[in-house]
Amino acid sequence: MLTIRSLTKRFPGTLALDDVRFDLRAGEVHALLGENGAGKSTLIKCLTGAYRPDGGEIRLDGAKIAPRSTSEAQELGIGTVYQEVNLLPNLTVAQNLCFGREPRRAGMIRTRAMTRAAQDMLDPYGLDIDVTRDLGHYSVAIRQIVAIARAVALSGKVLILDEPTASLDAREVKMLFDVVRGLKARGLGIVFVSHFLDQVFDLSDRVTVLRNGRHIVTEDIAALDRLSLIEHMLGHALETEVADHATSHDAVIARPEMLTFRGMGRAGVVGPFDLDVGQGEVVGLAGLLGSGRTESAEYLFGLRSGGTAEDIKGPIPIDTPRKAIAAGFGFAPEDRKTDGIVAELSVRENIALALQARRGWARPMPRAEQQRLARMYIERLDIRTSDAEKAVGDLSGGNQQKVVLARWLAMNPRFLILDEPTRGIDVGAHAEILRLIHELVGEGMSLLVISSELDELIAVADRVIVVRDRAHVAELTGAEIRADTIVRAIARHDEIGEVA
Amino acid sequence: MQRTLTQLAPQLVTLAAVVLLVWVVFPGFLDIRLVDGRLVGPVIDILKRGAPVALLATGMTLVIATRGIDLSVGTVMAICGAVAAWAIDGGFGLGGALALAIVAGLVAGLWNGTLVAIVGIQPIVATLILMTAGRGIAQLITEGRILTFTHDGFAWLGSGTLLAVPVPAVIWVLTGIAAALLMRRTALGLLVEAVGINRRAAALAGVNATVLLIAVYMASGLCAALAGIITAADIRGADANNAGLWLELDAILAVVIGGNSLLGGRFSVAASLIGAMIIQTIDTGILLAGFPSEYNLVIKAALVLVILVLQSPRFAAEWRTWRAARAEPRPAGQVQEDAP
Amino acid sequence: MTNPRLLPLYATIAIFLVACVICYAQFPYMASTRVLGNLLTDNAYLGIVAVGMTVVILSGGIDLSVGSVIAFSGVFIAVLLRDTGLHPLVVFALLLVVTTAFGAAMGGLIHVLEMPAFIVTLAGMFLARGAAYMLTIDSVPIDDPFFTMLQKAYYLMPGKGRLTLIGVVMLLSVVAGMVIAHRTRFGSSVFALGGGVQTARLMGVKVGRTTVGIYAFSGFMAGLSGIVFAIYTGSGYPLATVGTELTAIAAVVIGGAILTGGAGYVFGTLIGVLTMGLIQTYIVFDGTLSSWWTKIVIGGLLLMFIVLQKGLLRLSTARLAGGAA
Repeated sequence: MLTIRSLTKRFPGTLALDDVRFDLRAGEVHALLGENGAGKSTLIKCLTGAYRPDGGEIRLDGAKIAPRSTSEAQELGIGTVYQEVNLLPNLTVAQNLCFGREPRRAGMIRTRAMTRAAQDMLDPYGLDIDVTRDLGHYSVAIRQIVAIARAVALSGKVLILDEPTASLDAREVKMLFDVVRGLKARGLGIVFVSHFLDQVFDLSDRVTVLRNGRHIVTEDIAALDRLSLIEHMLGHALETEVADHATSHDAVIARPEMLTFRGMGRAGVVGPFDLDVGQGEVVGLAGLLGSGRTESAEYLFGLRSGGTAEDIKGPIPIDTPRKAIAAGFGFAPEDRKTDGIVAELSVRENIALALQARRGWARPMPRAEQQRLARMYIERLDIRTSDAEKAVGDLSGGNQQKVVLARWLAMNPRFLILDEPTRGIDVGAHAEILRLIHELVGEGMSLLVISSELDELIAVADRVIVVRDRAHVAELTGAEIRADTIVRAIARHDEIGEVA
Repeated sequence: MQRTLTQLAPQLVTLAAVVLLVWVVFPGFLDIRLVDGRLVGPVIDILKRGAPVALLATGMTLVIATRGIDLSVGTVMAICGAVAAWAIDGGFGLGGALALAIVAGLVAGLWNGTLVAIVGIQPIVATLILMTAGRGIAQLITEGRILTFTHDGFAWLGSGTLLAVPVPAVIWVLTGIAAALLMRRTALGLLVEAVGINRRAAALAGVNATVLLIAVYMASGLCAALAGIITAADIRGADANNAGLWLELDAILAVVIGGNSLLGGRFSVAASLIGAMIIQTIDTGILLAGFPSEYNLVIKAALVLVILVLQSPRFAAEWRTWRAARAEPRPAGQVQEDAP
Repeated sequence: MTNPRLLPLYATIAIFLVACVICYAQFPYMASTRVLGNLLTDNAYLGIVAVGMTVVILSGGIDLSVGSVIAFSGVFIAVLLRDTGLHPLVVFALLLVVTTAFGAAMGGLIHVLEMPAFIVTLAGMFLARGAAYMLTIDSVPIDDPFFTMLQKAYYLMPGKGRLTLIGVVMLLSVVAGMVIAHRTRFGSSVFALGGGVQTARLMGVKVGRTTVGIYAFSGFMAGLSGIVFAIYTGSGYPLATVGTELTAIAAVVIGGAILTGGAGYVFGTLIGVLTMGLIQTYIVFDGTLSSWWTKIVIGGLLLMFIVLQKGLLRLSTARLAGGAA
């Protein structure tokens, strides 16, 4: 249905797409994979009209097309749903669905007809919501489905899903996938871009891998296993995706207790819960999105106040982030774009920021010292940047995350909280960050790692706490830390599939 | 030093161009003479008359760097001028009057800062409140009249000279230097920029964003107080209706002409001060060039528009592409490969 | 359950009604059609320009030039009627073309140069005021017979209140603004821009065309407001209506719109204008209060509304979070 031949796109200094081919059949889900910078987004932008290719051709149903804008691509039949839902939360669901095609009489929009049209559009998805309310009132998953409904209604042939599951929890992913399978059955061609390999195996029929702007392989999903897929993406055999951690799970190691938290949280938000953290221990926090796991971290870091903390020397106040930092805590938040990096400041300034804030405004860090610090962490964490003066906003997601990590490592904290440290990061950086976690623990730092990737938790955690329905419900140690035990603890009393 | 000069180059070039333009139409523009122990000449006049806007622009730069804006500074000038005049008349003496006026400015800044940083109101609305209500408060103090006073010491601040230089010019230059040093010799500049770009991330990194924001609005209030004192001293009276009227807009313009982004982040106090001087040179230049006074605003608006267009991000980008295209006729990809 | 987006509008209306009751309790005479007629007449120019401002603010922009444009309009009309033999209606048409084009040009600059609306319209404010000065620096009276007729046109309401022509023009402008903002695709695009330019573009909004349209609309409304102001004062004066843009913004905010764009109602703006007018009327009725109290009270009212909206917003998000649990 959609065929791309020898597509080339040049940017000053780089060849973003080099003779790339790709084809999509009606009624299939075709996953497009590759590390950051492999050319996935460039390819998609050529398809949606955001970029004009420099060479090659795109054919839709045999006819050559060259969309010049998103709306032109839509008219041709190519619709896109992005990671950050590109709809307007300040308009109603109906307005969003019908935007640009509102039923009108004498130039005036017929509200009632629009509401009906919107309900009709949502019907096939089994979504029964009040379409006259603002889109902003609904969860990300519902917005995602509204976005799909709009894209399908507008385009109807090809649907591109660009990282659609990045901010969804497991139940919502399932709900979304049901919708996608329904569309597939209706004969749409679906391009699926995702970092989550599990989801790729779960949903797609075929896979195309890009690397460094080149086409590497297109294969039926059944013909590939996880390892060979990763090899295609990285171009070299990954030693082991996750360090062999099973041995250390055999025995529960007794560690000197360092921090004790009591009565953290507040009814309705999370907890209250108690937590003891030993020196050099990695505590994992597992749970679905919205289970209260991020809120738990926010209490521990003083972003919310409630509960008390104590170390060997006595009580420590942690009711604001500043106090928590003074107590030697650090927090690398989940959403690094809004909560982590300061985009326009340089790598050097971002790394020095927390240290400078602790020293106070009156004692500036000499520039030479900041530079030394930046050079050290650029090397140690392998931050890929042309130099330390580059604005952090210009780096890739994985490198931004490393800068945020460097900021906290420079503080030499005793207790570091990492909320989804590898989300949205390509496989190479993923492995590096896991390696780093092991290294830090070796140095005696205590960590709290929140992650929705079970493999990751199993790989790094000495102890896993499971959060469900805004309470800490289970604690797994040693050999108990296995995917099946964690899933069982998360799922108990929780009928999967009952959504919205 | 070299780096600072490079950074200020666009503003300096603009200032030079405006000065050149005025000099062409009015050749006596650059003359400076010493008369009765004080320097006189159009340039000196610009330095003196530009004082209120330069002072306001200093504080405004910091506020804008935090992604804020302070619409109330003109009104705060009126309040502080009124407070100073009232205090002089009430026998508080020079020190008392100045102290009271400065406290008034700081309180106004504290009010704005609290609304922005603690209550969480958008800066433009938060400061609009004081902008509207403040003039009423100033009129309340002066009871709707122009409050005049006779006090030579106070008047010296507006019309006296120090080492032959007009005192207002000395005050704004010193304030500007103090602000720039305070920002760049300490870590304040970095912290202000961090808060302006991403307040939440800065707060999570341990920056005390709330206190910093309040401090920045108080600094703006302080600058407005100084400007208000100078203005009142110059006319030997406080005019609650007209003192500082619409000067906040000139100050914002100065900051923007200085190349600072209204979206916060990177800032330069020096660039804003040059911006303030550009505006004042245009104002004075139009008068000197002998245009009928009714043409002033149109010419000013046209010049400002030209400067803004030349400085706009889009224009700069187009200009770079154009120059790159002329310098390197070959496609960019090839250039890379040819490079050693 | 009511739609939370309507809460600020309800709050605005409720506060207006409370203000009415307070006024009535102290001065029962204020509940007459005469006072109502005057309220509409005195605030006609502000109401019209505030409708334009509402659309600009809904899109996430701001237009600081409108006060100057009103002054320019008055001078333009007065000078043209004095110096040429053109019929006032022709002059009006010419003026509206000029101010609409002026607004469109500002919108174009904002879009093409990617400059903040605040700065572009600030330059526009200087330019329009300067253009008014260039036409004349004096107050020019208008004594055209047709013009005088417009001034005297009114409908006598029961109770001897006068519903003047310009009051009617204001009410019609509000209705037109409501239709445009809430019932047309252009209006949807305005809200979309207020929700986020990038997203709006992806959803197919023609950003450039819409931006030009928004500021052209504001320019048109400022021109219309200038005509009404000229009819109201019977003269053109280049120093008139200084600061009206800020009064209009205050009215829009009191009317429940959010200054960052994307949420608000044109009808709310009408209530905002009437609330501010009511305060002025109250102070006139009282007689003992000095004029500066008007400013202080309006400032206080602004504060109250903003804090109220803030509270409502917090309440609705808290409920949302609770509902998601």
